[in-house]
This record gives sequence, structure tokens and C-alpha cells, in this order.
Amino acid sequence: MAYVLKERHPDLPPPRSEVGVLGWLRRNLFSTWYNTLFTLVTAYLLWLALPPFFEWAVLHAHYAGEGRQACAGGGACWVFIGDRLPQFFYGFYPAAERWRVDLGFALFVPLIAYLHLPRVRFKLWVGAFTLFVYPVIAYYLFAGGVFGLPAVPTSQWGGLMLTLILAFTGIVGALPLGVLLALGRRSSLPVLRSVSVAFIELWRGVPLITVLFMSSVLLPLFLPTGVEIDKLLRALIAIALFQAAYIAEVVRGGLQAIPKGQFEAAQALGLTYPQSMALVIMPQALKIAIPGIIVTFIELFKDTSLVVIIGLMDLLGITQAALNDPKWLGFAAEGYLFAGLIYWIFCFGLSRYGLYLERRFHTGHRR
Amino acid sequence: MNADARNAAAAEVVIDIEGLHKWYGEFHVLKDINLKVSRGERIVVCGPSGSGKSTLIRCINHLEIHQKGRIVVNGVELNENLKNIETIRREVGMVFQHFNLFPHLTVLDNCTLAPIWVRKLPKKEAVDTAMHYLKRVGIAEQASKYPGQLSGGQQQRVAIARALCMKPEVMLFDEPTSALDPEMIKEVLDVMVGLAEQGMTMIVVTHEMGFARQVADRVIFMDRGEIVEENAPEPFFTHPQSERTQLFLSQILH
Ligand SMILES: Nc1ncnc2c1ncn2[C@@H]1O[C@H](COP(=O)(O)OP(=O)(O)OP(=O)(O)O)[C@@H](O)[C@H]1O
Ligand SMILES: [Mg+2]
Repeated sequence: MAYVLKERHPDLPPPRSEVGVLGWLRRNLFSTWYNTLFTLVTAYLLWLALPPFFEWAVLHAHYAGEGRQACAGGGACWVFIGDRLPQFFYGFYPAAERWRVDLGFALFVPLIAYLHLPRVRFKLWVGAFTLFVYPVIAYYLFAGGVFGLPAVPTSQWGGLMLTLILAFTGIVGALPLGVLLALGRRSSLPVLRSVSVAFIELWRGVPLITVLFMSSVLLPLFLPTGVEIDKLLRALIAIALFQAAYIAEVVRGGLQAIPKGQFEAAQALGLTYPQSMALVIMPQALKIAIPGIIVTFIELFKDTSLVVIIGLMDLLGITQAALNDPKWLGFAAEGYLFAGLIYWIFCFGLSRYGLYLERRFHTGHRR
Repeated sequence: MNADARNAAAAEVVIDIEGLHKWYGEFHVLKDINLKVSRGERIVVCGPSGSGKSTLIRCINHLEIHQKGRIVVNGVELNENLKNIETIRREVGMVFQHFNLFPHLTVLDNCTLAPIWVRKLPKKEAVDTAMHYLKRVGIAEQASKYPGQLSGGQQQRVAIARALCMKPEVMLFDEPTSALDPEMIKEVLDVMVGLAEQGMTMIVVTHEMGFARQVADRVIFMDRGEIVEENAPEPFFTHPQSERTQLFLSQILH
């Protein structure tokens, strides 16, 4: 008796339930009984919440018209957002001067674009220009008082413009300082090491909100009378120093992952310590640290909204100011939704950018 | 000493090690090492694991710091003077067991980095030199790849080319083939034999006894931080003097 096949049976197609949409659903949503339960409960909650939201935000919403009377009845009042849009973007920056803000940010775009072109010349110079010269140009463009530009005090800066300035300065100021602190923390010189450790642990041990309070309340007490530092400048410095401490720790993690042999090879070739760090160790360490750096920058972007408590009118601050306008009382939902959406767009963009960088710097398999 | 006299002296002895001692804390790794290497000489260093071979050659370019004794390379004494250390490192090329190529740079950039930043060569010239040496180690067509895309043997050949691009007086090799799969060992050894034939001064830590027989002028046997025996390859392998050498050779030659 022989029931054994003489030839190889042709491959059967995979069971229907394992492929296609059904298969995906089965694997991801209904794989176990508690997964199925969660899926059903979530679906029910979405079914409860989404249609009303959609009706409010889209179907019954008011898009055009003048003033709050355009928004009679239910539905979201996007007229309010439209009316306030310039303030969401520029704060109380004088309308006639807003072109300066536009120009300032527009200048940034070609610089960044150039830095992302593959194989172009003078990248180092363009990078240095973006880091060191561009901020100065942008500052004088925004603040005025030179070249016949009317002065606009920083107290009138606000909205998304201010949020971006806070985030940009936080990032640009914190990255180099953080790198130096990370190197300092690993230095063999005891003094340098202790100073770096003290600095990092000090800032990491205090919430940003406290740091901001101290910068606006405590610092003036110690300054000689008559000396006044701009409120925005104080916040910028506080944020940059705070952020640097976090960046330092992320970069240190990257440094620790670089094998000792890399440094030895650089030394053996005759590179000096700064050259070894700048050309061999840091590029690799930063590459490893990219995900962590992006995470801290996303946190920073959101944390800039804390400057509200020291009276700076960033995107969130200006939203609250708009909500308190007697002409537009009662549209908090629209205001916060809009502000939230803008924060989300930037943070999501940063996150995707981080993924792009990771892929771009990937150079084959590491041993 | 004027430049001519120094050159004349250097023409004879490139590396002069006298009474070298090194400790790791309490542990005495190198004990009274004396070694003179003349220009064009090929030295093979062997010995059991932990005997201090790596430590010795890493002292020569100051990757390790010695506590006692003198090391003079090409007429320059190795001490805490940073200028001297930099001068010596420019003149001494090193090849590591694990290649230590820079993974974020292409093969070509690996080879031009130090010539551009240390020797201050113009980029064009550095690229020409690099291509010359990459051709010599048989890897020129991979110049634009990253190290991670090459096999171990290819990576080690790039590492040799990278060191050669600095036009060093001396090459140090620390077990250059012991991290390689057997079929790749030969391609690396061939490059090293070629280098020896062209008169490069070399100190090679290796257990490749065929290589030692073929190119070495002298074989040095180290054990427990000391140079136990040193001799030309033929007598070294056929009539080892000390018991420790005999034991070691019987183990590695089966
Ligand atoms: N950084 C260090 N700190 C303390 N001890 C060390 C250090 N580096 C090496 N040693 C010790 O010094 C001794 C000599 O090490 P070395 O690496 O020179 O040996 P080696 O002859 O090259 O051996 P191998 O064939 O395994 O490479 C070993 O016993 C080792 O444990
Ligand atoms: Mg060793």
C-alpha cells in the first residue's frame, strides 16, 4: 500500500483569509478576542464622535461673511479664523511692515533648499551663512531701526512668526552648544567635565516653565538698574540653554555608540583632536542621534507655547488674545483647533524630515 | 643637529626604541623593550595572545603612552610634545585588525581625508594620489562606494591604501588578516608582499608564518611583555633558541 505522492504537489495559494484587505483586517484588528473587543469598542466610539464633528467642522460650518453675525446657528465659524488670520501669523506686527516678515522667512527657503541639494559646492559656507549670518539679517529685518526701516519693538512680534523664531533660535543655538557640552562631558579634563555635567544636570532638573519665569522675574533683580534685556531675548536665551542640555545628552548617546577604533584611526592618520571630532566622530554620532534630536526639537516646538506665561504672544498666546476679543467671544473651539492644526503640521513635518535625514545618511551596513 | 646630519642618521635607523617600559596601572605590559628598525627593513612580530604585541606597535605612534624609555622615529623623539607626536603620526601609517575605515565617507574620501587636512594637499592632488594607491591595491573601481558595501578583504586593502596616501616612512600592521575569512587573507597578504618588495619599512604583527618566511628580514617573538627571541626567519623557524619560542611555534605550526 502506498499513499505517498511520487511528484511534488504544486504550491497551493495562501488561504484567502491571510491575504488582501480581509487578511490585513484579520491580522491587525481581529487576531485575538481582546483585540476584537477593542476594535469593536473603538469603532463604536468613532461612530459616535466623527459624524457630529464632521457636521460641525465642515457641513454646517460658516466660511464667508463679515463679523460674527455671519456665524448664526450651529457649525464652526471659520470666518473668525479668516478674520484673525494675519494676527495668527504676525501677532501685532504693523500691517504695513509685514512684508519684512515675509521676506525674512522667504530668504530662509532657498538657503535650506540649497543645503539639501546633492553634490553642490560651497555647502559649508552656505551652512555657516545660514547659521550665523542669516539670523542677524533676519533680526534687523524684523526689528528695523536701520536702513530706514521703521523700528518694530519685539513686544509687537507675535503669532506663528514668534513661534518660528523661538523654535529656530532654540534649534540653532542649542545644537552647537549641545555638541560642545556632550564633548565636554566626555573630556578627560576634570574641570571641563564637571562644568559640563553641572550645566547639563542643572538645566535638565528644572521645568522649562520655571526657567522662563526665572528669566523674566528673577533675572531683572540681579541686573544693575537701568540695564534692561529685551524680554524676548531673555526667553530665547533661556530656551536655547535649556534645549542644549537635552541635545547634549542625545549627542552623548550617539558618541558612545562610535567604536574607539574610529578615533584611533583618525589619530593614527595624524588628524588633530578637533579634526578627528569634526570630520570623523561627530558626523557619525550625529547621524545616530538624529531620531533623538528630532524628538527633542518636536518637544521644543510645542514647548515654545509656554512663553505665554511671561506675556509673549506666540501662536497660542495670540489665539487666546483673539478669543478674549469681545467681538468674537465664544469661538474657543475654532481657535484652539486651528492653532493645534498648525502645531501639528510643523511637528509632523519635522518628524518626516527626521526620517528623510536618516535615510539620506544611511551608507550601507554597519559592522 | 643640522638637517643633513639628521637625514643621514635617519637613513640608517628609522625607529629606535630603547629601554621601553609600559604599565597599565599595576600591570607591567612592556618590559625593557629594545628595538632598532632600519630603513627598508621588514619586521614580523609574533607571540601568544596578551603578550603585548599590539601595545608595542601602538606605542610607536603614541596611541598608547609609555612610561619609561625612549622612542625615536625618523629622528624625532616621541614625548609629550604635541608637535612631535603630530610629526611622527604623519610619518607612520597604521593598519588595524578591524580596518577602522570611516563608514560615513566613501572609499575615495577615506583616502583623501588625511592628505587634505593633515598634509594640506590640494583636493585634486589628493584624489590623484588616492586613485594611484587604490589602483595599486586593486580596488580603484570601488572608489565611490562606502566601506559598508565592501567585503572584509576589500576593506582591509582600502585601509592599506588610506595609510599609504599619507606617504608614510613606516607602516605598522596589527594583525591585518586575523579578522578576515580564509579566502580573503591572500588578497591582503599579496598587497603587503608587494609593498615590502618596493622597499617599505614595515612592522607587522601577524601569525601568518608563510608571510614571515617570505618577506621578513627579522622575526621577533614576544611573550609576557618581553622580546624573548629575535632572528632571521630561517633560523627562527628551524632552530628556535628558547623553550617558549619552541612551544609557541609547535602550537601554531601544529
Ligand atoms: N587598556 C588596557 N587596560 C588594561 N590592560 C590592557 C589594556 N589593553 C591591553 N591590556 C592588557 O595588556 C596585555 C597586552 O595586550 P596586547 O593587546 O598588547 O596583547 P597582544 O599581544 O596584542 O594580544 P593579541 O594577540 O590578543 O592581540 C594584555 O594582557 C591585555 O589584557
Ligand atoms: Mg593585539
